[in-house]
Amino acid sequence: MSQEKSNEVTLAANHLVKTYTQAAGRFGLGSNQIKALDDVSIALKAGSTLAVVGESGSGKSTLARCLLQLHPFDSGEVLFEGVDLAKLDKNALRVKRQHLQMVFQDPFASLNPRMKVGEIVGEGLLIHGLGSASEQKDKTLQMLVKVGLQADDAQKYPHQFSGGQRQRIGIARALVLQPKVVVCDEPVSALDVSVQAQILLLLKELQAEMNLSYIFISHDLRVVRHIADEIVVMNAGKIVESGSIEAVYSTPQQPYTQQLLSAIPGRKAA
Amino acid sequence: MTDILNIDHLSVTPNNASSRYLVKDVSFKLSAGKTTCIVGESGSGKSLTALSVMGLLSNQLQAQGSIQFQGQEITKLSSKALQSIRGAKIGMIFQEPMTSLNPVLTVGYQIGESLTAHLGLKGIALKDKIAALLTQVGIPPERANSYPDELSGGQRQRVMIAMSIACEPLLLIADEPTTALDVTVQAQILKLLDVLKTRMNMAMLFITHDFGVVADIADDVIVMFRGEIVETGSRQDVLNNPKHPYTKALLACVPDVEGKKELKPIDYAWLNENPLNENQPNEKVAL
Repeated sequence: MSQEKSNEVTLAANHLVKTYTQAAGRFGLGSNQIKALDDVSIALKAGSTLAVVGESGSGKSTLARCLLQLHPFDSGEVLFEGVDLAKLDKNALRVKRQHLQMVFQDPFASLNPRMKVGEIVGEGLLIHGLGSASEQKDKTLQMLVKVGLQADDAQKYPHQFSGGQRQRIGIARALVLQPKVVVCDEPVSALDVSVQAQILLLLKELQAEMNLSYIFISHDLRVVRHIADEIVVMNAGKIVESGSIEAVYSTPQQPYTQQLLSAIPGRKAA
Repeated sequence: MTDILNIDHLSVTPNNASSRYLVKDVSFKLSAGKTTCIVGESGSGKSLTALSVMGLLSNQLQAQGSIQFQGQEITKLSSKALQSIRGAKIGMIFQEPMTSLNPVLTVGYQIGESLTAHLGLKGIALKDKIAALLTQVGIPPERANSYPDELSGGQRQRVMIAMSIACEPLLLIADEPTTALDVTVQAQILKLLDVLKTRMNMAMLFITHDFGVVADIADDVIVMFRGEIVETGSRQDVLNNPKHPYTKALLACVPDVEGKKELKPIDYAWLNENPLNENQPNEKVAL
C-alpha cells in the first residue's frame, strides 16, 4: 500500500482571492463584501492527500470550487502541472478537466435521478471521447466493480442504492476518467460511521492503485487524521495554519487550531 | 433512585406489515440526573424509540408495549392528556434548529408559548421568565425580539434548549441536537446541556450516532442495531470494554484523533450469519 510520495507539486493555488457580494440592508438594496478566500495558497503533492479543514463559512468549499474553475475568482492563480487554468480557453480547460475530478458531499443530490448508474459513470468518457462505445462500456463496468459495486448495477437508478453505495457511484464517476487530482468535498460527512470507514478505506486503496492526489475538504478532524498527509486549517477565508498532519495535530501553533482540536468530542473521557 | 421513565418491551411496527419490526422489544429505565445515550446507525430505531416516548409516532406506525412516565402509563393516554405532559414534564430538542423554529415568530414569543400554555404566565411575569431562560442558555435577553434567521445555528439550538427547559421538565429528550453544528459550537452546546441537566436534576435521553459525543456526555449507553438493543451499560463499560460483537465492530469504525487505530468496516455478512442475541439474550437491563 505504501507508495513513494514524490515532492512534485501537481496542483497549486497562489494567492487566491474571492469576494462575494451579499445583499444587505432594507430590501437588499445595500451590499456587503465578504471575503470567502483571502490570499489563499496551497500546494498538493502528487500521490498525496491535502486536507482542508475549517468550520462552516471558513471558505473551504469555495476553495474547492475555485481550484476546479467552477467559480471565478478575483485574483490569484491555479496551476495544474504548471499550467495556469484560468488562462485556458473553454476547450483546453475541458481537456484538462479529465484530470481534475470532484466527489461531492451529498450522494443523494449529486446523482441525476433520471439517469442509470452506467450512464452517470460513463458520461465523462462520452464527453471526453475516450475510446469506442464498447471500450467505454467496459471501462464503466470495470470501474463499478473497482469501487465495490457490481457490473449489473449499471442498469439501475440511483434511488435503488443506499447512501454509501451512492457515494461509491460518485467515486466511480470521478475516477473512470483516470484523473490525477480528485477534490473530495466532505465525501463522508453524510454517512454512518461504519459506511464512512468503508469509503475512507476505498479512497485510500484507490489512491495507492491509481496514484491519485486528493484535496480532502472536511470539518471532521478525526476523519482527516486518518486520510491526510498534509493539512491546511482555514478560518474566515484565510489559512491560519498548515503543515504535515503529524506536526499540526501534535503541536498546533495557532490558537484557532488548538481550539478546533480541543473541541473534538470524546477527547477527554473514556 | 426513582425512575423517571420506564420502557418495557416497546416494539414499533408499520400498520400494514406488522411482521416487520422497526423497534423490537426495547426495555430500559431512566433516572433523574442521569444522561443516557442511545447510539446506533441510521435505521437502528433510535429516533423511533424517542418519538414513541413523546407519543409522536407517525400514524402509519404503531407502538406496543409499556411506557411509564413517573409510574403513569402514557401509551394509553388521550392526546389531550399527553399534551399536558409533553412540553411541560418532558422537553425535547431536535437535530435541525432551523426547521424546528417558526421563521415568522420572534424567538421570545416561541419560548413563551409553552410557558403560557402550561404555566399560565402572562405579561411582565412571562417577559421576565423568557429573559431569564435566554440568559440561562447564554443568549443576551434582548435577543427575545429576534427572528430565527437572525441567529446563528448554535444560537438557534440554544433557543431550542431554552424552549425545552422552559417548564422545568423531568425528562429531556435530545435527538442528535449537535449533529448539524460545527465542532466548537457542539462542544459549547454539550457543556450547556450537561450543566442544565445537573442544575435541574433532569433525566436526559440523548440520541446520537457519534461515539465522541457519547464519551463526552453519557452516564449510561444503549447501543441499538436493527431495532433492537444489543448492549447497555455504563459509559466506561461500553466504550472501553464492549461485550457485544456489534458494539465492538461499531467502535472499530470510529476514527481516533491520534490516527493510530486501523479503521475496520463492519462485516455485515458475518453479523447476518451470527444471530445477534444468541449468546446474549435480550433481557431487561436496569440502567
